[in-house]
Amino acid sequence: ARSQTSLGRGLLALLSRDHLDEDAWEEVEDVLLSADVGVRPTQELVERLRTRVQVLGTRSPQEVRDLLREELVALVGPDLDRSLRTARHDGRPAVVLVVGVNGTGKTTTVGKLARVLVAEDKDVLLGAADTFRAAAADQLQTWGERVGVPTVRGPEGGDPASVAFEAVKAGIEAEADVVLVDTAGRLQNKAGLMDELGKVKRVVEKHGPVDEVLLVLDATTGQNGLVQARVFAEVVEVTGIVLTKLDGTAKGGIVVAVQRELGVPVKLVGLGEGADDLAPFEPGAFVDALLAD
Amino acid sequence: MFDTLHDRLAATFRDLRGKGRLSDADIDATAREIRVALLEADVALPVVKAFIAAVKERARGAEVSQALNPAQQVVKIVNDELVRILGGETRRLRFAKNPPTVVMLAGLQGAGKTTLAGKLALWLREQGHQPLLVAADLQRPNAVNQLQVVGERAGVSVYAPEPGNGVGDPVAVARGSLEHARAKQYDVVVVDTAGRLGIDADLMQQAADIRDAVQPDEVLFVLDAMIGQDAVVTAQAFLDGVGFDGVVLTKLDGDARGGAALSVAQLTGRSVMFASNGEKLQDFDVFHPERMASRILGMGDVLTLIEQAEKT
Ligand SMILES: Nc1nc2c(ncn2[C@@H]2O[C@H](COP(=O)(O)OP(=O)(O)OP(=O)(O)O)[C@@H](O)[C@H]2O)c(=O)[nH]1
Ligand SMILES: Nc1nc2c(ncn2[C@@H]2O[C@H](COP(=O)(O)OP(=O)(O)OP(=O)(O)O)[C@@H](O)[C@H]2O)c(=O)[nH]1
Ligand SMILES: [Mg+2]
Ligand SMILES: [Mg+2]
Repeated sequence: ARSQTSLGRGLLALLSRDHLDEDAWEEVEDVLLSADVGVRPTQELVERLRTRVQVLGTRSPQEVRDLLREELVALVGPDLDRSLRTARHDGRPAVVLVVGVNGTGKTTTVGKLARVLVAEDKDVLLGAADTFRAAAADQLQTWGERVGVPTVRGPEGGDPASVAFEAVKAGIEAEADVVLVDTAGRLQNKAGLMDELGKVKRVVEKHGPVDEVLLVLDATTGQNGLVQARVFAEVVEVTGIVLTKLDGTAKGGIVVAVQRELGVPVKLVGLGEGADDLAPFEPGAFVDALLAD
Repeated sequence: MFDTLHDRLAATFRDLRGKGRLSDADIDATAREIRVALLEADVALPVVKAFIAAVKERARGAEVSQALNPAQQVVKIVNDELVRILGGETRRLRFAKNPPTVVMLAGLQGAGKTTLAGKLALWLREQGHQPLLVAADLQRPNAVNQLQVVGERAGVSVYAPEPGNGVGDPVAVARGSLEHARAKQYDVVVVDTAGRLGIDADLMQQAADIRDAVQPDEVLFVLDAMIGQDAVVTAQAFLDGVGFDGVVLTKLDGDARGGAALSVAQLTGRSVMFASNGEKLQDFDVFHPERMASRILGMGDVLTLIEQAEKT
């Protein structure tokens, strides 16, 4: 979201006075709050920044800006392993499970990711384990056709765990490199649906461990994103975050709190509705966009 | 998870018990707590600021209550102000004098428009109307099929002359739907449109073109209750780009506080008309401002207590 004031101006005002002015610090806070970073992470960040500015006796706005950037980059974790485990191993395909609340971009992400993997010359297979939403399997299959990979689907209203199981089985038989399993959107406070998701994973694991569980978070999501991440991580051990819809005006600042609390890295970002609109997450670029007006 | 506003206010007021009067310092201390509570509920920052200013104003002029302690009194003022903004002018769907009535849905990607189309259709049908769903999202993969399935579940007809998936002109489909509705005597037309971003100028223009083609009686802005600070930016973009008459808040069956409801109501003056609270077509209700206020504050039970305190 666009803030009322620009960070640059806030910092200039802050430094043009002898006394570090409360209002100026509040403006810095506002920039972070407007990006959905959240109250607590924001207050902690600004507190640390104030201390460092005091200790270092920093004068120039650029220096303070750099310090803030540094703090934020440290929070989104530049050292985390963001690679995707999508290589065939132990004589079977890598298995990727894609999960999240309703409408965040799971199915689209599966399609885009398949495109990336196909470009790496991998044999990919899609599993349509969303048997619930209207035309969900059709949507995934359209993506499969678009990027040239097959889709395994089951009967509408069928058991998602068995579709996922069949998809991985088909992938093993076809000696595929990767099986991408799309699941139905579900809100994390629905115990029954979360149990169902846990079951999908356990049933797939009869073939061997799942290599990646990607939680798809919508960049427009506010503070509820942290709750989503907590609960999904508990139920299916999330290994990576995909932050979608970053092509809009939302900054996706909630992933700062997510990374800080759960230590699960953001691995990919969604930048549009097209097949090529998926990119690796870059902490520096993400933070720059967060601080930009 | 979050401390409730009431817990925080109770702490702020611990020293004040028995004082029974709100000083400026008390009001400032309280305002800070309310600010945090609203931000944690995803109310947009500019709206939080305006809201706090209004609450301070009211708190200063407030009579000292006999029945309520200071914390309760401030909470009540906050709650009343929330309800006032959320309530706006509560109004029902406007029906055209000469049918068909046209309702157009617009919003961000994945907000819940297509699902809502089905819910509206079922709701209208149950009230004796003959609704027609119009498949004017020809972009998202299988959006047309999705609407057809939804229409079937709702037991209503779907006008879908184009296959979608990039084929067909949504403006032409929308225009054609009116003739179809008149010929077949449908009295309400619900136009499902593709999700679009506020900053996507081309798609915003397309939405405006669809609007001009069908001259809707109601444009409903469909908004995901989980949205954060971007709510105001997006709402403003849709207001400027296509305009809307009412808001529908979706996914209220989740545990998001839904501060966006306040953000959008305050910013645009348009009231939230409907609540979508589940994936099934029956999960649909008219909007209740009081419930939403309690939800944003995260303190339904406290308000009941206040009501009881006031009565006795
Ligand atoms: N602008 C933009 N739109 C996106 C992006 N990713 C997905 N979308 C759109 O968001 C909407 C929802 O995407 P889906 O992939 O169907 O989301 P989902 O999580 O599978 O949804 P459910 O299965 O219904 O829970 C679609 O209109 C997509 O085209 C993105 O990165 N940017
Ligand atoms: N839990 C819950 N899910 C909902 C609600 N409304 C819609 N959904 C789900 O949210 C997802 C997206 O809904 P759609 O109706 O496809 O959203 P849309 O706005 O048409 O999406 P696009 O056409 O891609 O822009 C689907 O999984 C729906 O089942 C709701 O009130 N509660
Ligand atoms: Mg999906
Ligand atoms: Mg739709």
